[in-house]
Amino acid sequence: MEKKRWNKTAKNNAVTYGIVVLFWVAMTLWDQSGNLSSLMRGLLVPVCIYAIMAVSLNLTVGILGELSLGHAGFMCVGAFASAFFTNLMKETIPFTPLRFALAILIAALFAAIFGVIIGIPVLRLQGDYLAIVTLAFGEIIKNFVNILYVGKDSRGLHFSIKDTLSLGLEDEGVVLVKGPQGITGTSRDATFTIGIILLLISLFIILRLIQSRDGRAIKAIRDNQIAAESIGINITKYKLMAFTVSAALAGVAGALYAHNLSSLTATSQNFGYNMSIMILVYVVLGGIGSIRGSMIAAAVLTVLPELLRGLNDYRMLIYAVILIVAMLLNWAPAALAFREKYSLKRLLGRNKTKEAE
Amino acid sequence: MSFLSYLINGISLGSVYAIIALGYTMVYGIAKMLNFAHGDVIMIGAYVMLTAMTSLMAPTIPALLLAVVACTVLGVVIERVAYRPLRNASSPLAVLITAIGVSYLLQNIALLVFGANTKSFPSVVQLPALSLAGGKLVISSLTLVTILACIVIMIGLTLFIKKTKAGQAMLAVSEDKGAAQLMGINVNGTIALTFAIGSALAAIAGVLLCSAYPSLTPYTGSMPGIKAFVAAVFGGIGSIPGAMIGGILLGVIEIFGRAYISSQMADAIVFAVLIVVLLVKPAGLLGKKIQEKV
Amino acid sequence: MALLEVKNLGISFGGLRAVNGFDIKIEKGQLYGLIGPNGAGKTTVFNLLTGVYKPDTGSIILDGKDITGKKTIEISKAGIARTFQNIRLFKEMSVLDNVKAGLHNKHSYSFLSGLFHLPAYHSVEKQMNEQAMELLKVFELEKEAETLASNLPYGKQRKLEIARAMATEPKLLLLDEPAAGMNPNETKTLMEMIEFVREHFQMTILLIEHDMKLVSGICEELTVLNFGEVLAQGPTGAVLNNPQVITAYLGE
Repeated sequence: MEKKRWNKTAKNNAVTYGIVVLFWVAMTLWDQSGNLSSLMRGLLVPVCIYAIMAVSLNLTVGILGELSLGHAGFMCVGAFASAFFTNLMKETIPFTPLRFALAILIAALFAAIFGVIIGIPVLRLQGDYLAIVTLAFGEIIKNFVNILYVGKDSRGLHFSIKDTLSLGLEDEGVVLVKGPQGITGTSRDATFTIGIILLLISLFIILRLIQSRDGRAIKAIRDNQIAAESIGINITKYKLMAFTVSAALAGVAGALYAHNLSSLTATSQNFGYNMSIMILVYVVLGGIGSIRGSMIAAAVLTVLPELLRGLNDYRMLIYAVILIVAMLLNWAPAALAFREKYSLKRLLGRNKTKEAE
Repeated sequence: MSFLSYLINGISLGSVYAIIALGYTMVYGIAKMLNFAHGDVIMIGAYVMLTAMTSLMAPTIPALLLAVVACTVLGVVIERVAYRPLRNASSPLAVLITAIGVSYLLQNIALLVFGANTKSFPSVVQLPALSLAGGKLVISSLTLVTILACIVIMIGLTLFIKKTKAGQAMLAVSEDKGAAQLMGINVNGTIALTFAIGSALAAIAGVLLCSAYPSLTPYTGSMPGIKAFVAAVFGGIGSIPGAMIGGILLGVIEIFGRAYISSQMADAIVFAVLIVVLLVKPAGLLGKKIQEKV
Repeated sequence: MALLEVKNLGISFGGLRAVNGFDIKIEKGQLYGLIGPNGAGKTTVFNLLTGVYKPDTGSIILDGKDITGKKTIEISKAGIARTFQNIRLFKEMSVLDNVKAGLHNKHSYSFLSGLFHLPAYHSVEKQMNEQAMELLKVFELEKEAETLASNLPYGKQRKLEIARAMATEPKLLLLDEPAAGMNPNETKTLMEMIEFVREHFQMTILLIEHDMKLVSGICEELTVLNFGEVLAQGPTGAVLNNPQVITAYLGE
């Protein structure tokens, strides 16, 4: 019985990894055949970025059961930390793979630190209050980055929240972070292959975490906090663990984002609450708590608006309608009852027994 | 004197937030859902007003009435089509995401119908400004009208809920849907009525907001919607006086933040104050803390 | 020395004195009943014993250790486990995982062991599986190990909750109306199972029950609560014949 259980989990994980690898193979072959449009090629890295964002948010929303509307804030932290590092170390570490790997680690580290700082106060709150405070933190991060100026000269680093001049740089000093203009000139080290590798690593961390003793504690808190406490599970510790891992992986996605563009700015489009909500849409459409589902939803929904591009002005309208209809069909009790009644399995006379994942 | 005029501007902006927040808080109280599309109803209201005044040459009052009616209908239709089927869904996130879908939908309809260009909003209130202290403190008529509208709405709403049967039904449904149903209250009708009132208020708020900040795009409603949501949480979500106080405080903080600290950080300051308030009072200023019974 | 010794326990909510001057002494291995009419404060006593509420007055000594005012998690580690009146399972987890969650503090491996499946992970998980399956066998749930907890029938959910509590290897088990919502047949099996648990694990059990008939069958000693205060205390037979108790239950 135990053997069977482990095989089932392992098989499930293998399918998830397999989908990612297959996607990589298919896209790489397609690209090499020369038939991949430049538009689609441009979407390959973003697909990885948003897939990482979705699976990491699912850890908070689906596995921990807390609604976060500030996930893009952690992506912002990761993006700026890593782009800053890359620009700072341009001459010191000329070997790109090493520099980029370090930049990714730094992104994860900084996002994790923000995860802890924000998580400690926020995780005491409940439900929609928690949601609005995460949204607030996300907006604060985005706003703060927009007034941040950092320069470098022979005396070291200089910070200001006013303007370039007040950095007081020497003549040969360089401004690395320029407030609303952000960071420019980051080398574009992100490739599709690196994106896929980072997605695989993120999946590995999340799936292994969920299926460990710690993951059991996190899910127990989600299902019933009072009962979890009564059997001696440390609520704060495990909430913070899930939240921080989730933030760190969003930071990784941010590093990928920053190194996919030569200039990085924080706007409400890329790091504002709109983005956090967009990621939440992926998670809910893909299935709350289903890591594989949120990954696939993120990929499909990243590509979908581009596929609808031929429809011009109507594409976002159609996207919105698809979203509403999909939610109604998947969640409305009446729609579910209808589907249950006329489901293929039932019509074929097969018994459906629900089992734990 | 600049302090006083900032304060009055803050109260005026806060009054707009308060009117939006009232809609938010009523809908939350009764349907237990964050209606992310609420801000976009504001935007639709403003566009209807604009169209009525510019294309139909309607005078202010009929144009405003048209905007209110349009938004009321819109609110009821959204509730019926998109939210009601999900009321008993297994996860509260389902209706939240649908609300986001509705928000996208409204924005893109506006984009198609009215275009992406910023439209300048006509001045709605054409009364002379109030000049005090020998001309040192000038309060525009719009500011006065906004604050007055907020006070009237607040009083009207409180009376409506306290004195009418429909208002009492709202209270009952927000306390316990099942029990209200058993007492013979029409739950669906009551929730629809709440959306109607909330959306009507959104229309008024939209007109006032766009009169004060006369540029209108399909995304105009988004940030004020979020701010009003913050105001509602700030005051204690579900509480009508809370939404009022939250809205006005938020407006004052925002204007002071913009004037005295940094215009770029004004929003961040608003959000920071929200965080501090919630950490001290986790259910907002006037909210009731609900403890789970063990 | 008594396993649990509670003296002068009390708590108020607002102006209401929910529990007042509550004393109890439970010997090791006893099956003790806490009874009383609805709203008498029985569950509040459990919440005080398990740290859900902090008492205003009094002391709680478990096995010679003062646990008054400690947090729930510390009390769990000190050796009190409980079930809930309205069942609180981890609904979206399997039956096996519910029990393994109960074993949480009995076994440990690091975050990294879990991540990289280091040897510690395999050996500890194997141990946890074995222990959990053993417990499930005792509660006749081994066939449902892979079922989602929410898909269990009601009676089995009650059993699973007791199994999960037992997984924490408590010194004292608190059962809050375990027979609530059960038919007479199910109740009978449950009571037999409680007696079995007590024999098999040498467990000390404090049981809340609303129905006096049920407790009279299995508890040696009873405490009767009424309006937050102890109305009567002592051997079951004597307590049940106490005229005050009869009045409290049947009314004037």
